[in-house]
Amino acid sequence: EALVINDPDFQHEDLNFLSRSQRYEQAIRKSSLMVMKLREYGIADPEEIYWFKSFVHRGRPEPLDLHLGMFLPTLLTQATPEQQDRFFMPAWNLEIIGTYAQTEMGHGTHLRGLETTATYDPATQEFILNSPTVTSIKWWPGGLGKTSNHAIVLAQLYTQGQCKGLHAFIVPIRQLGTHEPLPGITVGDIGPKFGYDEMDNGYLKMDNFRIPRENMLMKYAQVEPDGTYVKPLSDKLTYGTMVFIRSLIVGDSARSLSRACTIAIRYSAVRHQSELKQGEPEPQILDYQTQQYKLFPLLATAYAFHFVGAYIKDTYHRISGDINEGDLSELPELHALTAGLKAFTSWTANAGIEECRMACGGHGYSRCSGIPDIYVTFTPSCTYEGENTVMMLQTARFLVKSYTQVSSGQRVTGMVSYLNDLSRQRIQPQHVAARTVTVRINDPVSLVDAYKARAARLVEAAAKNLQTELNHRRSKEDAWNRTSVDLVRASEAHCHYVIVKLFTAKLSEISNAAVRAVMTELCLLYALYGISKNAGDFLQAGILTDAQITQVNQHVKELLAIIRPNAVALVDSFDFHDVHLGSVLGRYDGNVYENMFEWAKKSPLNKTQVHESFHKHLKPMQAKL
Amino acid sequence: SVNPDLASERQTASFSVEKLTAWLDGGAEYTRMRRAVVQAIESDPVFSTENQYFQSQNERYEAAVRKAVHLQKKMHEMGWTDNSPEFKYIYRAVSGDIAFLLHRIFMRSITVLGSDKQIAKWIPLATQYQLIGSYAQTELGHGTYLQGLETTAVFDITTQEFILNTPKISAMKWWPGDMGRSATHTVVFAQLYIHGKCYGVHPFIVQIRSLQDHSLCPGITAGDIGPKMSFEHADNGFLMLQNVRVPRENMLNKFCEVQPDGTYVRRGSQQINYFTMTTVRISLISDEVVMPLMKACTIAVRYSVVRRQSTLKPGEQEAKILDYQTQQEKLLPQVAAAYAFHFTNNYLQELYNRGYSEIQRKNFDMLPELHALSSGFKAIITQFCTSAVEICLRACGGHGYSLLSGLPSLYTKILASCIYEGENTILLLQTARFLIKCFKAAKAGQPIPPSVTYLAAVKLGKCPARNKLDFLSPHIYTEAYEHMAIRLISSTAAKLQDLIQSGIKKYDAWNQCTVQLAQAAKAHCHYITVKNFAETVEKLEPKAGIQTIMKHLCDLFALHGIFSNAGAFLHDGYISGAQMDMVTASYLDLLPVIRKDAVPLVDAFDFTDKNLNSALGSYDGQVYQRLYEWAQKSPTNKQVSPAYEKYLKPLLHNTLSKL
Repeated sequence: EALVINDPDFQHEDLNFLSRSQRYEQAIRKSSLMVMKLREYGIADPEEIYWFKSFVHRGRPEPLDLHLGMFLPTLLTQATPEQQDRFFMPAWNLEIIGTYAQTEMGHGTHLRGLETTATYDPATQEFILNSPTVTSIKWWPGGLGKTSNHAIVLAQLYTQGQCKGLHAFIVPIRQLGTHEPLPGITVGDIGPKFGYDEMDNGYLKMDNFRIPRENMLMKYAQVEPDGTYVKPLSDKLTYGTMVFIRSLIVGDSARSLSRACTIAIRYSAVRHQSELKQGEPEPQILDYQTQQYKLFPLLATAYAFHFVGAYIKDTYHRISGDINEGDLSELPELHALTAGLKAFTSWTANAGIEECRMACGGHGYSRCSGIPDIYVTFTPSCTYEGENTVMMLQTARFLVKSYTQVSSGQRVTGMVSYLNDLSRQRIQPQHVAARTVTVRINDPVSLVDAYKARAARLVEAAAKNLQTELNHRRSKEDAWNRTSVDLVRASEAHCHYVIVKLFTAKLSEISNAAVRAVMTELCLLYALYGISKNAGDFLQAGILTDAQITQVNQHVKELLAIIRPNAVALVDSFDFHDVHLGSVLGRYDGNVYENMFEWAKKSPLNKTQVHESFHKHLKPMQAKL
Repeated sequence: SVNPDLASERQTASFSVEKLTAWLDGGAEYTRMRRAVVQAIESDPVFSTENQYFQSQNERYEAAVRKAVHLQKKMHEMGWTDNSPEFKYIYRAVSGDIAFLLHRIFMRSITVLGSDKQIAKWIPLATQYQLIGSYAQTELGHGTYLQGLETTAVFDITTQEFILNTPKISAMKWWPGDMGRSATHTVVFAQLYIHGKCYGVHPFIVQIRSLQDHSLCPGITAGDIGPKMSFEHADNGFLMLQNVRVPRENMLNKFCEVQPDGTYVRRGSQQINYFTMTTVRISLISDEVVMPLMKACTIAVRYSVVRRQSTLKPGEQEAKILDYQTQQEKLLPQVAAAYAFHFTNNYLQELYNRGYSEIQRKNFDMLPELHALSSGFKAIITQFCTSAVEICLRACGGHGYSLLSGLPSLYTKILASCIYEGENTILLLQTARFLIKCFKAAKAGQPIPPSVTYLAAVKLGKCPARNKLDFLSPHIYTEAYEHMAIRLISSTAAKLQDLIQSGIKKYDAWNQCTVQLAQAAKAHCHYITVKNFAETVEKLEPKAGIQTIMKHLCDLFALHGIFSNAGAFLHDGYISGAQMDMVTASYLDLLPVIRKDAVPLVDAFDFTDKNLNSALGSYDGQVYQRLYEWAQKSPTNKQVSPAYEKYLKPLLHNTLSKL
């Protein structure tokens, strides 16, 4: 970190004052330098590269993201040895800069709907790539607009007159040397977005563009010279990559929310406003209960998500050994779980960042607070790598499947094992709701049980509603659609349970007593706040009584006061450097107002004392009227 | 030509869109007038917003000034004045992207707070744009809490002047619109000192820039506060004052005056100050809050019938995404909310007009109620509509994040409304203070204002609904909301009482209850919104043909609120667990019914394509073509990027070391 922050080459003007095209230019400059420095320092470990990169770009996207994060890894995992010889070293040396072109204007998460075609021509042993409709134009890939000269294109493969589904092809798009688009290729930038200013997200249209047969990534599926198609062995393998990327998003949810909390909590300790007691000095706004109620549950959430991200990563690393040996048994559950957790954490963090910004009042709205930037950079994660609602429904599919297994007498394992308890209750006529859980609201372990009961109840309710719809002789798809709101609720309850469980489990691993104490308070706050906000579920299922809910609400407020003295220390522990935080309000030294003034003086509108608009518009108007 | 996927939606409308539009406008004659104004503005190229998404902060600011200047000419040409009925449609037609809005606040503050003599002096100058005004209240260190402002104005008897100063950095004026680059004058709010005694915050007219060359006046430091999340067109500014002297006559003195010998005189009621805030809060609801939500709904709903994704039935064409239950559950409650708050706004306007005429007759009785209601409604409507716009944005998948969708700009702009004109949490607590007071008065048998009389009639009991259809009866759900509001207000009042009786100081007790108090205030406003929606629908004449669909929307709005706040209704068992299942069933049943009219319902908002400025939401539904066309217009595609020659080329050729 210090390596980057102290390097004068990586310094530049505050990005808030630059235009889009200047920001793109700065990002490219830094990426180029970064590649050089990585070589210079001999940094090659992926984890170290990741950290180096995140310090260079301060956690912001950059045009080479897709080259480093998708193009190179895809070559490694899906290219044949011959293809690796041809493409990997040039790509490693950045003679080839690639991107990954999957999403089209008309289709995103629903991959089977992609329309780009790759038709095999045995006469010339080439694939002919086409964008047959407007909706089939590749749209959004990062680095595609201006930076890349190659792309891995996902297209429907046609050979011998048959469609064989989606496959990946290496497509050159710009001339090496001049960087001009190749004939048959239309490529450009998709225009301004909500954030991601430094990224040239692009479009790509192909008209009868021919590439050699050897440019199809053929480690798994193959097309032989005569056009014969050879099927891949398993399609579950791609799950691994998805799990990995979604686990990164969970980590990103934790980090982005932590940054926003750091800014909002430090600023709330610096800002004084109004009066609590007549005649006394204005208190820090962090002393107001409403302010604590906004921020501390988010602080607890940031910690919770941090542990969830670590758990998924560890589990992935643990089972990826098995995967390489062909044992895919644990993959479906992890895949289903990460889909839901990706959606749950990104939705929550997204709303949480906004809450933090709002908690900073008017100044939160200024770009100098840094929170608008965190928000616009983070919010697309609710959509990319799988639209959140679709992700929730994937998890629901797994939950319903597990429920059905339990109903037919089989046992399920892992995080869904609580569904096994449902079969034991089948003997009793009333549903799971009637089961009484003795909940002790001061005990995290007991709260895990409460969340477990809620998840079981909502999964069962959704599965039963689905069955009712099916009994009305609706088609499977129709019944599923008519139950999808219930199914999403079930998934949310399941994810919420998993998070409370993981947070609670983490407590016993903490050896330092003081740290364990404060983490226990945060864990309790996280769990109780969640109950308070979803009181309806707990009341309706009879898991908690009215009186207990009142106690929960009361205890939440007591915890706020308990956490208050440690609030700043808890965000300091996230250990964000000021440069990385990029916020005047969240500075470590708390000198907020002086620095806001310094920052504003640099605004482009202040470049001249009298703005040119005065001479162009104001003066003539005053003269005329 | 209209995309067939969108055209088919319009053919099956269950009501006349034109009739609904006229009803929303308050009569067909207003619809005609609004369209004429919009037409006049949009056909004028100076007001074009075509390249707005590609412009820098500097360019946006310049365009806003150009438009504001041109608007004066246009109004003159068209024979519109600030008082003519057309005026309120102008702002809608220019989509708010215009300078000098604070100039109007400057004028309004002089009209309300100034003496007749001051009005006679300043208003003609301002009307003629001989000066450009701003309104400098907020400081770096203080916003909603006005008493905390730190700017000082010290009266100097010898010269009969006020000396204005910014004594420390947190006292610097910060945020006022039009002040960064445009304004020549501003109304500065400062702590008044006479003979060393502080008399509280008062308004002073201060000149900040030369009328000749626009340079800053002596003692003034001013400029732009830098980029924000939105409002690129506005030059929100900072202002520092160093021994700036203004004549005694520059203190706005309708209600308070400093006489030449330094005697301080107060006239009339202080309450009138609240009335200005009430006016602003009510006036922003329609244009700044409800209308952006209507636009966002229009864009998201139209796009959702053009976008097809995945299949609902095997072998069939991909389904419109609006046919998915989850998509309906995201968007349709937002459409219902847009209607609900449109009617709430009408309700508030009516209340305001009544209050205003009472004040003219020097009767200030309605002020507390009006102040409390405008605070609470400003808070819940801005909060609700802001999250609703964000839901619309995220319901449009990846394309929602493109600025060309129009949604990011709508969102970043509306979300400022949660802060300006009073931070929402503080406003809710003001409403709560009023409610607690009324509740106590009601218990003591004293008279209370009409909007809260329900607090006097505490009814116990349970929700009488027996099946899911019962929850489509307005009196059933309205009573449920009423019960919940009473429960939250009375339990919070009891808690406050307990704390105080247990010896805790009043202010500490208040702070310990603020989370509950804010919830109680929200519950009250939610209840009034539902009740008002139901009453509005009831009053509709059946022959209009729009009653059925409005009834569905009202049901949906009410049931969505119960479904999303189930805990609050289940608590104390007013609604049982089994009844909550009925609510859910009824709520979900309504979605496919309203789905059929979704496009006509947003068409009725009657936004032109230019006004929406969205590649996803245009009337003809040619989404993908437009997205592609607009992207090609992006400057990033026109200019040769210097990044290639400077950085990419050396990188591609591995000659970086030469850099």
